[in-house]
Amino acid sequence: MSATTQSPTASDSRTPSPSRAARLLGDRRLPVAVTALLFLLMYGGGLARYQYYGFAEPQVFLNLFIDNGYLLVAAVGVTFVILSGGIDLSVGSMIGFTTMFTAWLVERQGLPLLVVVPMALAVGALGGFLMGYVIHNFEIQPFIVTLAGLFLFRGLCLVISKESISISDSTVSSLAQAQASLGAGFLSIGAIVSLVVLAVAFYVLHYTRFGRRVYAIGGNEQSAMLMGLPQGGTKIAVYTVSGFCSALAGLLFTLYIQSGDPLHATGMELDAIAAVVIGGTLLTGGSGYVLGTLFGVLVLGLIKSIIQFEGTLSSWWTKIATGVLLCTFILVQRFMTTRKKA
Amino acid sequence: MAEPRPVLEMAGIVKEFPGVRALSDVDFRLFPGEIHALMGENGAGKSTLIKVLTGVYTLDGGTITLDGRSVRIASPLQAQQAGISTVYQEVNLCPNLSVAENIFIGREPTRLGRIQWKRLRREAAELVDRLGLDIDVGAPLSSYPLAVQQLVAIVRSLNTGGGEGPGTKVLILDEPTSSLDRDEVLQLFSLMRRLKDEGVAILFVSHFLDQIYEVCDRMTVLRNGTLVGEHMVSDLDQVGLVQLMLGKAMGQLDELHEHQLRSDAGDTLVQAEGLGRTGGIAPFDLEIKEGEVIGLAGLLGSGRTELARLLFGADQPDTGKVTIDGRPVSMSAPNDAIGAGVAFCSENRKSEGLVPDLTVRENIILALQASRGWTRPIPVAQRDELVAKYIKALDIRPANPEARVGQLSGGNQQKVLLARWLITQPKLLILDEPTRGIDIGAKAEIQKLVVSLSEEGMSVLYIAAELEEVLRLSHTIGVLRDRRLVAQIANGPEITPSRILETIASGEHQ
Repeated sequence: MSATTQSPTASDSRTPSPSRAARLLGDRRLPVAVTALLFLLMYGGGLARYQYYGFAEPQVFLNLFIDNGYLLVAAVGVTFVILSGGIDLSVGSMIGFTTMFTAWLVERQGLPLLVVVPMALAVGALGGFLMGYVIHNFEIQPFIVTLAGLFLFRGLCLVISKESISISDSTVSSLAQAQASLGAGFLSIGAIVSLVVLAVAFYVLHYTRFGRRVYAIGGNEQSAMLMGLPQGGTKIAVYTVSGFCSALAGLLFTLYIQSGDPLHATGMELDAIAAVVIGGTLLTGGSGYVLGTLFGVLVLGLIKSIIQFEGTLSSWWTKIATGVLLCTFILVQRFMTTRKKA
Repeated sequence: MAEPRPVLEMAGIVKEFPGVRALSDVDFRLFPGEIHALMGENGAGKSTLIKVLTGVYTLDGGTITLDGRSVRIASPLQAQQAGISTVYQEVNLCPNLSVAENIFIGREPTRLGRIQWKRLRREAAELVDRLGLDIDVGAPLSSYPLAVQQLVAIVRSLNTGGGEGPGTKVLILDEPTSSLDRDEVLQLFSLMRRLKDEGVAILFVSHFLDQIYEVCDRMTVLRNGTLVGEHMVSDLDQVGLVQLMLGKAMGQLDELHEHQLRSDAGDTLVQAEGLGRTGGIAPFDLEIKEGEVIGLAGLLGSGRTELARLLFGADQPDTGKVTIDGRPVSMSAPNDAIGAGVAFCSENRKSEGLVPDLTVRENIILALQASRGWTRPIPVAQRDELVAKYIKALDIRPANPEARVGQLSGGNQQKVLLARWLITQPKLLILDEPTRGIDIGAKAEIQKLVVSLSEEGMSVLYIAAELEEVLRLSHTIGVLRDRRLVAQIANGPEITPSRILETIASGEHQ
């Protein structure tokens, strides 16, 4: 009946022009800016405290990319998954498996690296595809499916070998030592690859239909389906991307550490998820930027560097700092999303 | 209006579910440039017909002809491609994306696989502009109120053909107005009229008869899955329509109008003093007597539900106290309230009340079993007897305790929810919008039930959007405005909807 609907406040609801402050708070880019700012502050703090110990060297900054390139690649893959509203716990195991797989093929089977690389990537993508397929077709929570993946791939590491396999292949070591000079410093191949992956991911997420579907599904899966979007295919593709990125991260890790070990990268999925969340991506999906993931990884890397420079702190402080940061960021996100709804 | 060829013709439509014939031999036609209402009680087959048309269900018999060609529609996507678009009651868009993206997602303009953002925004702005809407297409959808989101959904559905102009021939609006306020409804109607002028055939479903008479040209009436008739709106008045829908005269409704409310309320049952919650509702005092029906009137968002939730302990009060039957109750959790004899039927029967995958029997028995604790199951015979009794008392259809609740119509789901709480024999029953989204027959039954419960001595706190409904049932009317209980008015012959409205508008009772 129309009686109750003659609303005296109706005109308010039709002029939805939020104040500038509210707009800024509601802006989805804000979390990324906050993380970037945090990074700058930490870096500035490092400069002030350790400038006579060589912290000001440009190479210290570039090392963040060299030492964390593999984590960045893995985190980019996880960004896709989390944006779509899912989760991938198999990342660390997939990285460990790739190091074993690669080391075994190169060292024990004597295959050339050029053949092994595409094989490793294909295995990773296939693993991701299968998990995505199960998640979509049997409507099982991604948490449990990728947890199965975590155990499966860690177990497969041990099937290949129970011991660590160090790589002495000349191609691998020359690749590992290759440096691209940037004047004041240099980047490793791994760092460059990770930046390329980041750029490609940014393009895919923002300039392709597939990328927008990832956001749509993360925003509201039911709606995405009713809007006629192929939500099943997108979901499977997202896990395939993550599997591929994990395998690529595994290759970079192999290059970085020059060995395969069944215990490599144990728990790295959690580092990747932490980087994504610190980078401002909402765990509920649909909101976040891959650029934020870069800053998330850099912040984690910088914590490690600072602790190394400090010298007296044990490396476990890295974990403690990560935990505190993660907790803070989740609370900030929570605060922001509830503000938005109110 | 000259009658051109219908754009859509459905003939002899049959749809069967296990044990139920949801549609039998229904004919339906839709002309270009008309707004056509599909009328019927809940369970009459409206939703089924729409779902057959949009490809959610496959039909078991009959033909669909679109633009003179016979078509088979096997999926929602196919329906869209054929030019049949649907906008549902719930807005099915992605709130995290911008308005422009929501309009275009899935068919963004691209060049070499790269989305052309500038073109996308420009085209979206043009489209929105052409339909006379004032929306910033770059803003996230979530920054707009529900009504605007609904309009965006319509804009999206019109553009499914892609390319130039609307490719949509048939637009189905399934209860789009149920959560809009009056101004927003008018905005929707002006958009509908504009589309009608452009030659789109609109199928409109709404439970608000006034709205049907305001905007529709023609209507088709269904009852129990069969076609009752097709009429021009101008040829059939509201009384006639209701009689067609119900298949019986208005007697049962009139009866309610004339019903004398029981005036001698009993002792105080619930006494709330200074009860309030920051951000929810300002502190209020409320006294509920035994057998009293208290109606809450106010706009959507004025704090009606918040008040009810405090009384049920679903939200924890910051201030004040509640005594029930003279005993103070802490209200720190729903269990406290349930223990004190309070029952609460939520307005979101789907998300907060029923378990759609359980059977009618399991849903009905849930609260009673919970109050007994899981270690003391209710004996099977007693359980079946209770369930059968309430199915009969509330006339739940189908009268099958094994039916899954998710498959029942809205009105019957509401009855199941009611039965669940009635079975626990509460002292105070809180009904939050029990009649929303259900048809007029079921509405009358639920209202009659409230009256008879009150006569038996049960207190009822009744929340409804329709003032007439509140006035008809309540002994006392609590008026809410801006999250504050501004007045408590004893009902009487001199209290009219406009008096209540004045109170809502001014915030004080003269």
